[in-house]
Amino acid sequence: MEGLSVADADLVVYLHPSKSSKVSQAILRELSSSLFKFNETFGGVLLAYDVNILDKQAKILSGVHPYFGVRLKANLLLFSPKSDMLLEGKVVKLSQESIHVIILGFSSAIITAENIRREFKYKTKDNEELFASRSHKRHVIKVGTMIRFLVKSFDEEILHIIGSLMPACTGSIRWLDRNSEEISEFDRSATKSTDREWQEDKTVDEGATPLSYNNHIQKFKKRRISED
Amino acid sequence: MGLELPKNPDMDQDNVVNFTDSEIVSHVKDALTSLLSGDSNSYNQLVGVMHHSKQLAPDEVALLETTLKALAGAVSCIDITLHDSLLSAIFSMSLWNYGPHVADALVELIVSLAISNGKYLDLCLGMLVSNFTPPPYFLDKLKLPRGLERKGQVLSRVHAAFKKIADYVPLAPLRLLTMVQQGMPTVYHKDRAILIYVENMLTLESGEIGELVGSTMLMAVVDRLIELDLEIGWDAILQDDFSKGIFEMELEDLEDIVDSAEPDIGEFRLSRKSLAGNSIAELLDNLLVLTFEHLESCERAGRLAKVFETLLRSFLLTVMTAYKSKFTQFVVFYACSLDPENCGMRFAIMLADLFVQDSHPQSTRMSSVAYLASYLSRAKFLSASFISSMLKRLVDWCLEYCNTHDVDINPNAHRVFYSGCQAIMYVLCFRMKVFMDVPRLKSQLLMPLEQILKHKLNPLKSISNIHSIFPVQSQSSIINSFIRPMFVFWSMVKPTYEDAYDDENDDGSSDDDSIQDFANENEDIMNDVGKSFDEQQLDLDEFDCALKKMSITPKNSFGYKFGGRFQEPTRMPSRIRPSTSPESL
Repeated sequence: MEGLSVADADLVVYLHPSKSSKVSQAILRELSSSLFKFNETFGGVLLAYDVNILDKQAKILSGVHPYFGVRLKANLLLFSPKSDMLLEGKVVKLSQESIHVIILGFSSAIITAENIRREFKYKTKDNEELFASRSHKRHVIKVGTMIRFLVKSFDEEILHIIGSLMPACTGSIRWLDRNSEEISEFDRSATKSTDREWQEDKTVDEGATPLSYNNHIQKFKKRRISED
Repeated sequence: MGLELPKNPDMDQDNVVNFTDSEIVSHVKDALTSLLSGDSNSYNQLVGVMHHSKQLAPDEVALLETTLKALAGAVSCIDITLHDSLLSAIFSMSLWNYGPHVADALVELIVSLAISNGKYLDLCLGMLVSNFTPPPYFLDKLKLPRGLERKGQVLSRVHAAFKKIADYVPLAPLRLLTMVQQGMPTVYHKDRAILIYVENMLTLESGEIGELVGSTMLMAVVDRLIELDLEIGWDAILQDDFSKGIFEMELEDLEDIVDSAEPDIGEFRLSRKSLAGNSIAELLDNLLVLTFEHLESCERAGRLAKVFETLLRSFLLTVMTAYKSKFTQFVVFYACSLDPENCGMRFAIMLADLFVQDSHPQSTRMSSVAYLASYLSRAKFLSASFISSMLKRLVDWCLEYCNTHDVDINPNAHRVFYSGCQAIMYVLCFRMKVFMDVPRLKSQLLMPLEQILKHKLNPLKSISNIHSIFPVQSQSSIINSFIRPMFVFWSMVKPTYEDAYDDENDDGSSDDDSIQDFANENEDIMNDVGKSFDEQQLDLDEFDCALKKMSITPKNSFGYKFGGRFQEPTRMPSRIRPSTSPESL
């Protein structure tokens, strides 16, 4: 999944004088208070940290309250989603209008109907709402499915993402990974070709020919010709 | 019909026409998007339906419900700037005005909005929080059966909505926390909205997202209680005739809360006589009842231990540091009484731990031991052995202090020590009967105690502060309520000693003597103070003189003799520190 990164940081944490007897605890508390919040300096949401105190000596700031600054070396796990990144999350709610996803258990995303490619059709099966691919019968998205989607925008305050399932490389992760080589043709140059999956999923809904589907056929045909 | 529906030749105002949900949703979507192209007719009709909310005919109710449901499906088309009139209409709707079906639809819309876009989350949560309290016209009806029904209906939906939103937006409870705290009505609101608001906060604490928001909610409630608590001090000072009826208060009720095994909170009522119908007192009263009921429900659900940890934290942070907090401590006392073995003992041990540790600030330690003394003397649910073990801890600490400080009396330098001694004395006076019954305890405690009392540091001299707490207490007639039990107890103390003395005639040991004298002296002190109270008219003008008369300068009326050991008039500590003395108890 994109958007996650580990960073090394040199930090200085300023502590109130009353904390001078329990510095480690105060540092951990200070850092913990910035967890799961978007941090401008780090350029992302702090998910986890590991700190080492560099220097036992701390500089005391002059002022009304003599805060002292402790220098630290920290290892930070950051989450910084940007537009056009691919993220993965679990579907928690699904309706004809939208799909709601939770990423890493704390960030929420919504994919509205107009951002879901035409390949997916909304269905109700056995009282369960789902989106099923018209071209690939096994490609199904329902509540509980882990999906990969594209980031359109990211609200830094609420950590809320507007997502999109338009690109062909998005959808149910399980299905995508199984058919990854096929999909990889679209955005990366292919090394191998696989006919097997293609021949299995021959059923096509009438009247529904999404653009990507057409491309798929053409590219496949092209390659077959070149191989032959 | 308010909404423009597609032209259907078969459609007739009288015919029932069934549109599918998706058709209605798409019409609403059209209405919303048409605004972009300048056509505001359908949109305005939508807004109109939202605004039309009072005295609705059944078909209007149905229309409202349908529109709300359709909007819930069309949230992706709602633009925060373009459709601001619609949004403001939605957010100003109050669930209290509608029946269950419309309320369901409205909540569904709010939840859909909240999870659709980060921009709406705060607004939606805010709308739900504002539904904690009913509209002004409804507040009076809350007590009626219809009002209660509506209240249950609204609040259950509001809290269910919080859970739903939290399911789809995991960080929502964090935003909710700040919103609830900031939205708390002040205690000065005439409409007493704070009562139902606090009820909601407590519901949040025990609700499905309680894990995330509970402790903050509880601490915020205690903060509010303290605020009111301290408020009462001021009001009582400004009363003109609070001296009347001071001793006619229903003090037994206050005691019942703390002492009895199964306190009946229904009887917990601050007497209005002494507070001249003070509405703040009534409010505090009601809030305390709410809190007590909540604690009871926590205990029934088996969650009390966890809630107690939060209470303790709150106690340490706010109650103990509050100058002259009088009633809020009872929240902790009550929780202790619900679970004496765990919470009850934990509280006492925590206070004792605080007292003996050098690293804590002096004022914290003194305050801590004062509350400990108050707690140990009042809590009937604590076993004698536990109380004696706590007391032994204090005695041991004081003895150790004596042994390491071979110096003369100096009230300023040894404040912690003196407050410790004072606490010991206080508890002994209340619980002496218990110790008299167990001779082993007597020797374990009283012998080291004698050493302490006879030490150069001379704690008894400083403990004479006890009588100095009364003038400070006179600032609040509520605080005076604690004098009364002391009166009762003090008069009981002497006979007990006499019995013991008679029984152990052969003993004639010196420790009995000194304690007998002590009891005598203090009893005189109490009685004298009692006299001075009845005699004097304490109104605002004479307040200062009264204070001077009763407090710092020792007078003959106090019978300050300490068994005749000291001939010269005793020197009082230079400052009265009420927070160190049991007055706050």
